[in-house]
Amino acid sequence: MTQAKKKQGGNRVIISVLGPDRVGIIASVATILADHNINILDISQTTLQEYFAMMLIADMTKSSIDLDCLKEKLIAKGKELGVRIDAQHEDVFNFMHRI
Amino acid sequence: MLSIKEILETIKMVQEENLDIRTITMGISLRDCCHPEVELACRKIYDKITRLAENLVKVGEQISREYGIPIVNKRISVTPISQIAECSQGEDYLPFARALERAAEAVGVNFIGGFSALVHKGFRRGDKLLVRAIPQALAETERVCASVNLATTEAGINMDAVYQMGKIIKETAELTASRDGLGCAKLVVFANAPEDNPFMAGAFHGTGEPECVINVGVSGPGVVKRAVEKLGCADFGALAEVIKKTAFKVTRMGELVGRRAAELLQVPFGIVDISLAPTPARGDSVAEIIEAMGLERCGTHGTTAALALLNDAVKKGGAMASSYVGGLSGSFIPVSEDAGMIRAVQEKALNLEKLEAMTCVCSVGLDMIAVPGDTSAETIAAIIADEVAIGVINHKTTAVRIIPAPGKKVGDFVEFGGLLGRAPVMEINPFSAAAFVQRGGRIPAPIHSLSN
Repeated sequence: MTQAKKKQGGNRVIISVLGPDRVGIIASVATILADHNINILDISQTTLQEYFAMMLIADMTKSSIDLDCLKEKLIAKGKELGVRIDAQHEDVFNFMHRI
Repeated sequence: MLSIKEILETIKMVQEENLDIRTITMGISLRDCCHPEVELACRKIYDKITRLAENLVKVGEQISREYGIPIVNKRISVTPISQIAECSQGEDYLPFARALERAAEAVGVNFIGGFSALVHKGFRRGDKLLVRAIPQALAETERVCASVNLATTEAGINMDAVYQMGKIIKETAELTASRDGLGCAKLVVFANAPEDNPFMAGAFHGTGEPECVINVGVSGPGVVKRAVEKLGCADFGALAEVIKKTAFKVTRMGELVGRRAAELLQVPFGIVDISLAPTPARGDSVAEIIEAMGLERCGTHGTTAALALLNDAVKKGGAMASSYVGGLSGSFIPVSEDAGMIRAVQEKALNLEKLEAMTCVCSVGLDMIAVPGDTSAETIAAIIADEVAIGVINHKTTAVRIIPAPGKKVGDFVEFGGLLGRAPVMEINPFSAAAFVQRGGRIPAPIHSLSN
């Protein structure tokens, strides 16, 4: 089962951005992804009171960097922008919310 | 496709509600490490643990990054040392504790469990020597945890062992008096001890277990508490339902992490222990879940019923979420490790007797209880006897981890720090049980028909 799962979408990550809204958040994240050949599959965003929440699903199959490295770059960018950015493997959400 | 709401819910659980994986515990069989020479046996033990667990911490950290979920502890459990050490001619088992300590330190785990003996029906030579070595072993080492199984439903209660453990607990406290009796926090006695428990201090690698295995313990009282609070004043059916759903989600994380760890370490995946394990962190408290259900303080009338509902709903949700559930699997109610329990004791809402009643409906017994330093070995033995009797009669695991805090009186505090927390010294019944526990022998196994 694990093997089959890997083939389907083993390289998909969820990138989440949480924090006060400001200009250029999506652009900054998208630039990092494009620079490393990571394909964006879906973006959704919402505003919770004054906070901005964005979720981005990306495919890392052809990525030039690994997840650890991507996380570092995103966290650094988040600090610069004053928002919290993280990347997590998609399985963690699928496992919790889908049977 | 996942919704933004679902993704946010998961992130919130980790960020705000203290969801974490409490422990990944690698169980290692030491059965092939016996040797007549103590020194050689210890070398074999050290070599085997450091070989098999070499990457345990690294893999734990990798999974934690990959999934964005903290994995708080990486630990090891081994075959009860009494069974391995018995093959040697030595009479002093301290070298075995030291070998475990060195191995744990080398691979970077914070606890190693299995300085243990199973004596529910009687002592063998190795068991006697191991029990005798416990106080010094716990005083000398930092990471080694000891446990002794005193009773089972099939064998009854070995009261000789119960009395002896009363004395051993006193001695352990005295040898670690300068640290508030810290040694006792690493020593647990059981009825019906599980063979695949990933939680300390009672973890050991049972005789029916494979060569090496990965067991996972989840956490999540904070997540359940938040869900109960959000529900508001719904009826009990709705309350049980929301706890089940939350426990399901929490346990899925354990299942995911366990499977991944087993895959990366190339070791079979054993079980997920679905216990709700509190920490001293604010909001990460089982007592506060009970209070969120509508009780003014944990320990007041209604607490046993609330805990019964909680424990059962956690099991139902957890069992659905994992392919193999095992270990202790219930709600833990350790006093020192739960801010809500500490407050309840301080405000006199919760006493030892109520705590004992609560252990009838959940795992895992009287856990991390501090009592006055002048409590006699006989009284401690009697407290243990009461608790293991609950386990034996009700066909469940119960345990006692009690700290007779040297020099402390009721109302004082013992301070251990970290995950072990701090505990108020609790009042005990002043009347003697000495003549009872000194009878010696074994309380026979209970009958399991005529069950009213």
